[in-house]
Amino acid sequence: MSDTPAPPAVPASQPQRDAPVDDVPQVSLTEIFVGFLVIGATSFGGGVVAYLRTGLVGRRKWIADETFLELLSICQTLPGLNASNMAILVGDRLRGTAGAAVALAGICLPGGILMMAAAMAYAASQGTHVGIGAALHGISAAAVGLVLSVTIQLGRKTLIHWADFAFVALTVIGVNVLHQSVLLVLLVVGALAIFWYRPDRLPPGGHQP
Amino acid sequence: MNQLFGLIAVFAYLSLLTVGGGMAAFPEMKTLVVDTYHWMTFPQLIHLYSVGQMAPGPNMMMIAGVGQWVAGPVGALVVVLAFFLPTGLFTLWVGRLWKRLDHWRWRASIQRGLAPVSIGLLLAGAISIGKGTLTGFDSALLCAGVCGILLATRMNPLPLIGGCAVIGFFLFR
Repeated sequence: MSDTPAPPAVPASQPQRDAPVDDVPQVSLTEIFVGFLVIGATSFGGGVVAYLRTGLVGRRKWIADETFLELLSICQTLPGLNASNMAILVGDRLRGTAGAAVALAGICLPGGILMMAAAMAYAASQGTHVGIGAALHGISAAAVGLVLSVTIQLGRKTLIHWADFAFVALTVIGVNVLHQSVLLVLLVVGALAIFWYRPDRLPPGGHQP
Repeated sequence: MNQLFGLIAVFAYLSLLTVGGGMAAFPEMKTLVVDTYHWMTFPQLIHLYSVGQMAPGPNMMMIAGVGQWVAGPVGALVVVLAFFLPTGLFTLWVGRLWKRLDHWRWRASIQRGLAPVSIGLLLAGAISIGKGTLTGFDSALLCAGVCGILLATRMNPLPLIGGCAVIGFFLFR
């Protein structure tokens, strides 16, 4: 469906094209790469999905907000980070597999290069100055607070029924108390939760099992 | 060379666990990177993870830092590819299939069921990293302060993290 192959021998920048199939705007691979590169370089402070929504839906008008939210719901169910999965799905809509590839590269490149540089600097700093370790300790404490706040915000929206809290507790106990592998916990508790919310117990639009 | 194969195996596996967010994979990353392969110590991993919270882009780009640490620039490249390719291809495939899954009755069940489990995985990841980070009353207070301010104001966390770096610099030396 979204796998629209480029017309043969027509460069991406050439304006003369037939009327677009679907309502997908004509965007070149370069534009996709640059668009996601900019978001990848400026989305400081986490919450990349919000930056994506502003950039892709608001500023560039590459996709409708409805489509954005639908794609986001796919990403939240699948393994992989929301930000990178969204880049893949939006890139795929715009220009097929090649679009997905350049979108992913664009969004990962700035942060990846920055982290390489940070790791080099960190390796060089080992044992040189006690202040660096102390500052990093402060940053770590803040990072835990950040992760906790994100968890609580998501939890407020998602945890409705008592069973939801039970699945959260089972997951935490499996990983942190029983020290089982995350994969095993994900498979066991995940299967249990999906079975709990099986189709005949899930009224359309309702939350009561 | 052996290191590279190890990096590919570890990060391709970790990527499958990131349901709900990168944090979900943290406990397993600690086990593999620190305990199994001894690529770095737990505090070093926590430091890289925490610095990664300040980098733009997807919130697990710190994995490029781990690859760089273990095997240089090639290591960073290999880790990023191993981490994003398998789940990326899966997402591409499911994304195209999704419309046809519209009437599949289990689709809603999977979305609804995995929602609380992904919250649990996030919390488990936070607990795992917290065990290595919150070593005393001071750090616990910083953590609680950041969490409380973010919940109350929804501000950008970057200035708070920067502030905690300065506080930590004077507090923990």
